[in-house]
Amino acid sequence: MKLKLFAAVAAAAMMATSAFAADFKPALIFDMGGKFDKSFNESAYNGAEKFKADTGIEYAEFEVTNASQREQAIRNFARRGHSPIIVMGFQNAEPLGTVAPQFPETEFAIIDMVVDLPNVRSVVFNEHEGSYLVGLLAGMKSETGTVGFVGGMDVPLIRKFACGYVQGVKAADAEAKVIQNMTGETPAAWNDPVKGGEITKAQIDGGADVVYAAAGGTGVGVLQKAADEGKFSIGVDSNQNYLHPGSVLTSMVKRVDVAVYNAFLDAKEGKFETGFNALGLEADGVGWALDDNNADLVSDEMKAAVEKAKAEIIAGDIAVHDYMSSDSCPVM
Amino acid sequence: MKNELPRWVDMGLIPLLNVTAAFLVSGLVVLFIGENPILAIQEMIFGALGYGEGFGFTLYYTTNFIFTGLAVAVAFHAGLFNIGGEGQAYIAGLGVALVCLSLGATFPWWLTFPVAIVGAGVFGAAWALIPAWLQAKRGSHIVITTIMFNFIAASLMVYLLVNVLKVPGSMEPATARFAAGGTLPYLRDMIPAFGFSPANVSIFWALACCVFVYILIWRTRLGYEMRTFGFSQSAAVYAGISPTKIIVVTMMISGALAGMMALNEVMGQAQKLQDNFVAGYGFVGIAVALMGRSHPVGIVLAALLFGILYQGGAELAFAMPAISRDMIVVIQGLVILFAGALEHMFRPSLIKLFSRREPALAPAE
Repeated sequence: MKLKLFAAVAAAAMMATSAFAADFKPALIFDMGGKFDKSFNESAYNGAEKFKADTGIEYAEFEVTNASQREQAIRNFARRGHSPIIVMGFQNAEPLGTVAPQFPETEFAIIDMVVDLPNVRSVVFNEHEGSYLVGLLAGMKSETGTVGFVGGMDVPLIRKFACGYVQGVKAADAEAKVIQNMTGETPAAWNDPVKGGEITKAQIDGGADVVYAAAGGTGVGVLQKAADEGKFSIGVDSNQNYLHPGSVLTSMVKRVDVAVYNAFLDAKEGKFETGFNALGLEADGVGWALDDNNADLVSDEMKAAVEKAKAEIIAGDIAVHDYMSSDSCPVM
Repeated sequence: MKNELPRWVDMGLIPLLNVTAAFLVSGLVVLFIGENPILAIQEMIFGALGYGEGFGFTLYYTTNFIFTGLAVAVAFHAGLFNIGGEGQAYIAGLGVALVCLSLGATFPWWLTFPVAIVGAGVFGAAWALIPAWLQAKRGSHIVITTIMFNFIAASLMVYLLVNVLKVPGSMEPATARFAAGGTLPYLRDMIPAFGFSPANVSIFWALACCVFVYILIWRTRLGYEMRTFGFSQSAAVYAGISPTKIIVVTMMISGALAGMMALNEVMGQAQKLQDNFVAGYGFVGIAVALMGRSHPVGIVLAALLFGILYQGGAELAFAMPAISRDMIVVIQGLVILFAGALEHMFRPSLIKLFSRREPALAPAE
């Protein structure tokens, strides 16, 4: 009896899949940080939600909780006829490389990593360029000549942020000191605001008066503590200026939401292009955030300097060293 | 003893009642968020057992839980609470990876596998040795030290993966992929029905370990000493059993068993060493051991149940968007709560029930 029921459910599910296979069914796979990490994944979620609001098209989603689910999730969505399928995070590159060739008709996109296959769009961000700009602002704003950096885990991606930031700080003040700390060594480090706050307190005690958080949800604690202590902070990924107006100096925005939104929209309109996209300052894929909340904190002189640096990076006059290109950082 | 229950009630009925209660409460939660609990259960069971690939994933998770469950159980028998399985397995992954990286390119898997088993065992045992020694010689409580060692293991592994073992130019903190000789054959290579599931031959090693643990605990002198020590330390000392020896040896066996989990994850599933591959399996092992009454047969069944929960849970999240991954954790948590913490909830009433009936039903006992 039960078996029959399962068979019926399975058959119904299969029929449903084939009946609607022609429909537009986008899907989004979040990485381990989870959908509401106030950062990378949440930014993707916002992009997808905006797409839903604009077009009225529902999207399917899945949050990965362990490594073996990556390949499973991509394959499950492809099998159920979803396309495009967007996967978040560099750790999905290898699973996607395995699954994408098995579904040549399906369109895939990966954020933060390159997968060189004919049906995959790869989107990466030049985080080092954006971090350079906020580093420049931090170096100019600092009165003590000491600034802080709070990372999540000590992984290459975060070193890329840190390396760009330090270069920016040094460009503003060659003598400046940068205190760097990582929050932890387990994935919990991406969502530990209490520890983020403690590290920030320690950095402030060490003389830092601007602290840059590149640590996902942990950053909320960093920004909070800097505001409590009357110091400045820099947000990351999303525009976090609104969290503590008057204390958040700026945010290093990484437009994951735009990348997700565009991938969905392009696929819907039948003009999904595959290949490699490096979103830097020029394409506004990364940048620094200026709005009503921090307008008073950024002087005209700082504004001019950061815009000049931005133009020079785009023109190629300033080369910001990318940690990933050599697995090392000359200024650290 | 007046608290004695028939064996089948203790080993069969009580766990069954606990699981049923957990599922009933979970059903209420599912109902509360506006989904149909009957459909949810069907989706879960079908996803975990109903088709080859799903069942393969279930077996793959089960393999992990058997190893970590056995690890906790062995320590339980000596009255030790090893909650460091997480760190021991993480470090054991390093042992497995070193073996696979150095031998994988030259030797076939059936030669690499035994060496990798030794590698996993030695590294896992070594990581358990220090807390064991601190407990035996310094009286530092094993619960505190093993959990602290989980963090030390995480720090060490992230350092090694990012600075030493990482592939240059790659963003991922992971080693290079092992050559063919450093990987375990998938079950799907023998039985195509398993689809793309990562279940591999390490499950047979897991079952063999169950037999070893049974023989160790109930058929050897060392096992007898461990159980005696776990039952009463003063009696054990009075009987001439060395506490230092028992604590150290038990913890090393426990650490080695936890380490075996890395075979399934590193050599079987990922075919490379990546950061945080343990992903909580070490902690779930505690629940598996509790639920399995620290007996290998019970552990296999409990591991299978958790395998079903993991794989079925993932399928459920696919099929019902309203059920997020946090909901799955809630359901898993309820099972752990009922099976572990509230284990004694149904016991008194059952004892009452059976003591009333016992003379009629089982006069011999």
